[in-house]
Amino acid sequence: MPYRIDPARDRIYIDEFRHDVIGHHSPGLQRVLNALRRSQDGRQLVILNTLPFRRWVLAWLPANRADDIVIEPQHQFDSREDAEWYVFCRRWEAATGEKVDNQ
Amino acid sequence: MFTILGYTSEISVAPGESMTCHVSAENDQRYQARVVRIVNGDCNPLGPGFRVVHVPTAIDGWYNGRRQRTDAGSYMVARNIAGMRQAVAFVANVWPTLPGWRLPQVVAHLATADGSVTLGIDAGALVLTVNGAGGSQSVALPASVLLEREWLRVVATVDPAAQVLMLEAVPLRIFPLLRAPFRRSEALTVPFVPDEGGDFYLSARPLTDGTVGHHFNGKIEAPTLLTDSGMGDMATARPVPQRLLSHIMAAWDFSREMTGTTAIDVGPRRQHAVLVNLPARAMTGSNWSGQSHDWRQAPLEYGAIHFHHDDLYDAGWDAAFTLTLPADMPSGAYAVHVHAGDNTEDATNEDYIPFFVRPPRHRGATSAKLLFLAPTNAYLAYANDSQVLVDRGAEIGMGRLLVLQHADVYLHRHPELCASLYDKHADGSGVCYSSRLRPVLNMRPRYHSWLGSHGSALYQYNADTHILAWLEHEGITFDVATDEDLHRDGLGLLDGYRAVMTGTHPEYHSTAMYDAMQAYLDRGGRLMYMGGNGWYWRVAFHADLPGVIEVRRAESGTRTWESAPGESYHSFNDEMGGLWRRIGRAPNQIAGIGFVAQGFDLSSYYRRRPDSENPRAAFVFAGVRDEIIGDFGLVGGGAAGVELDAYNKLLGSPPHALVLASSENHTPLTMLTPEEFLVTPAMIGGDESDKVHADMVFFETSNGGAVFSTGSIAWAGSLSWNGYDNNIRRITGNVLHRFLDAAPFAAPGAGA
Repeated sequence: MPYRIDPARDRIYIDEFRHDVIGHHSPGLQRVLNALRRSQDGRQLVILNTLPFRRWVLAWLPANRADDIVIEPQHQFDSREDAEWYVFCRRWEAATGEKVDNQ
Repeated sequence: MFTILGYTSEISVAPGESMTCHVSAENDQRYQARVVRIVNGDCNPLGPGFRVVHVPTAIDGWYNGRRQRTDAGSYMVARNIAGMRQAVAFVANVWPTLPGWRLPQVVAHLATADGSVTLGIDAGALVLTVNGAGGSQSVALPASVLLEREWLRVVATVDPAAQVLMLEAVPLRIFPLLRAPFRRSEALTVPFVPDEGGDFYLSARPLTDGTVGHHFNGKIEAPTLLTDSGMGDMATARPVPQRLLSHIMAAWDFSREMTGTTAIDVGPRRQHAVLVNLPARAMTGSNWSGQSHDWRQAPLEYGAIHFHHDDLYDAGWDAAFTLTLPADMPSGAYAVHVHAGDNTEDATNEDYIPFFVRPPRHRGATSAKLLFLAPTNAYLAYANDSQVLVDRGAEIGMGRLLVLQHADVYLHRHPELCASLYDKHADGSGVCYSSRLRPVLNMRPRYHSWLGSHGSALYQYNADTHILAWLEHEGITFDVATDEDLHRDGLGLLDGYRAVMTGTHPEYHSTAMYDAMQAYLDRGGRLMYMGGNGWYWRVAFHADLPGVIEVRRAESGTRTWESAPGESYHSFNDEMGGLWRRIGRAPNQIAGIGFVAQGFDLSSYYRRRPDSENPRAAFVFAGVRDEIIGDFGLVGGGAAGVELDAYNKLLGSPPHALVLASSENHTPLTMLTPEEFLVTPAMIGGDESDKVHADMVFFETSNGGAVFSTGSIAWAGSLSWNGYDNNIRRITGNVLHRFLDAAPFAAPGAGA
């Protein structure tokens, strides 16, 4: 059975992720990330690089390849790290119903 | 999003030779074309910067562009079918893989002067339709008859004389799910004349727009055209029963001439057919017993072909222009640059279509001592890799958000460009052929891959430009040749070079290539293995079709699909496919190390080992006093990463090889490859398993040769760090300069 995030117990990993969004994560954070990154509906949240090494925009890959990619133009980022943090917060809220402080 | 793209007829050309360039301008716009030499394809501002050099040629100039279309999907076609009498019956064994697909599929289609007969699948039901001068008439069997991946013998009959339209299906395995009726017959009311000279299509039909469409997905075995259906129950037997011969118009036997693209008619009229877009051959038939896994040993059990709507060999675009290389063009990596405007956030308006200029074909025509062997088989294996578009576990494996480029969006919207040897067809079967005669959007300078680790995010072709840029920086004269060249020319290509340098991921080798490299080393050649996960999969080239390779994902390995039971032998050459390790020739025998782990988030560093103090290796570390090697880089932040190789004597690593340094401290998501364990261990990540590491090795070979192996794809990403002033660059340079020196390496212990 997939791990279900417990916000009371797992909140301690938020800071760890904030300080190091890509890389050597503790087993506890890795478990949280695996849960957050699991596709629930067949779609996939991605970032589209619109200017090399300068700009990325959030987008959804569809569940069905025949459907088009949906871009969220209001969510643009100047770095991949910023995009990782934004997506983490968004997924955390979707999974737990709680906002991440100091977004 | 991606407004211009193309491909070339060749990947490797010699000076003075020609190739055609095929360009699609998506908005019919005008564009400029020129040739550029590739120096560095990485756009990362932390590196030396993207750099190409214009090489004036006769193609320089403006062109009128137009959009070109790709007609994907495999099928068989037999022209001018003869032998028609009063009736026609089609019989075959059919194994549908997408019976419930949203689009109609055609199993068989016979065109006549006034109409056609089509056997298809529509909304999961088998349907036989006759189109005649007076209209059309159909008879259908219920969807419950057609089960996914279950064999069914189908008999379809149109008999104007008897006024019969009949469709019958005989399941070759019986399940409670199957519901009768399995036979439907109606009085034929549409006037239909079964005249001679029509074309017969299997697995598709021609459409009015000039394309061939409505492809069937699945296997078909023993397709047979009869003059009546009275003996339909035995029509799929091969060899054809003698008493059936007089009733046969055509009886194709797909177990014949397996390596070719001709479907052999074993009937009396020999109406051989053409197989288009490489449907999968050497596929098990309905009668596969499991006694043999080699189609040549039991050909009658391999009478099936697997057709897919997403097969493609040659996009077949019209040539935009022909490029003839100057006779004195230096060997190197080049591209045809087509440019239709500045790039914007919304659109990439240029394409770099890569090709390589190999040294002249006559021996002794080059003065270069170094050959860079571009791993074009690996480029082809990953060509248009679409996993990022469909694999919903990819982000977890990468440990970071998936990053798309404009090229990936284009590929999503144009699945007709088809996929890589890492992808599955839409029906779930593995893609076992990959061709370069189509735009390969991830084999490009400027392309940053979702697979490349954090940082420059380079993988394959573009990662290899880090090596090219470094060689340019060092002022080294070198030639470039491709895997295709090595397969074709063998040892003759390598002979004469002091050293051969690989790319970052030379993963796919044919037997001829493997043999040639081994022979080169045995004769005193020097090999610099600049990457990781090399000599991993065996591939086959086609004897007649240029630009296509085959892989079978047999037995084991890090693989995104596996060959079905009985389908581990290449159709192109009847060799057992799969890992070289499983064929008894692990990469350790060539490079001293072999693949152990991969991870795509961050890279790590090497720590020197006692062997690095061995006098035999003194030249490697000249001027390098650091214990930690490569704790920096553009690919994942370190020189050890992405895919890692390690020393293993049990797999053939030479006993005298020096393990100079080993990487450590890899991330949890850098994990062991499955062939490294049997029972799944609890600790397979780099934070817990000490098997997850790269070994940097050096060893001498016979006749004064030597091998230096880095064991890491990320290595090349560290060369340019700090303005090329770092220990990775120094070690690599030390090795290269010694390898280019004619002085032979002494075997260990010799003269001691």
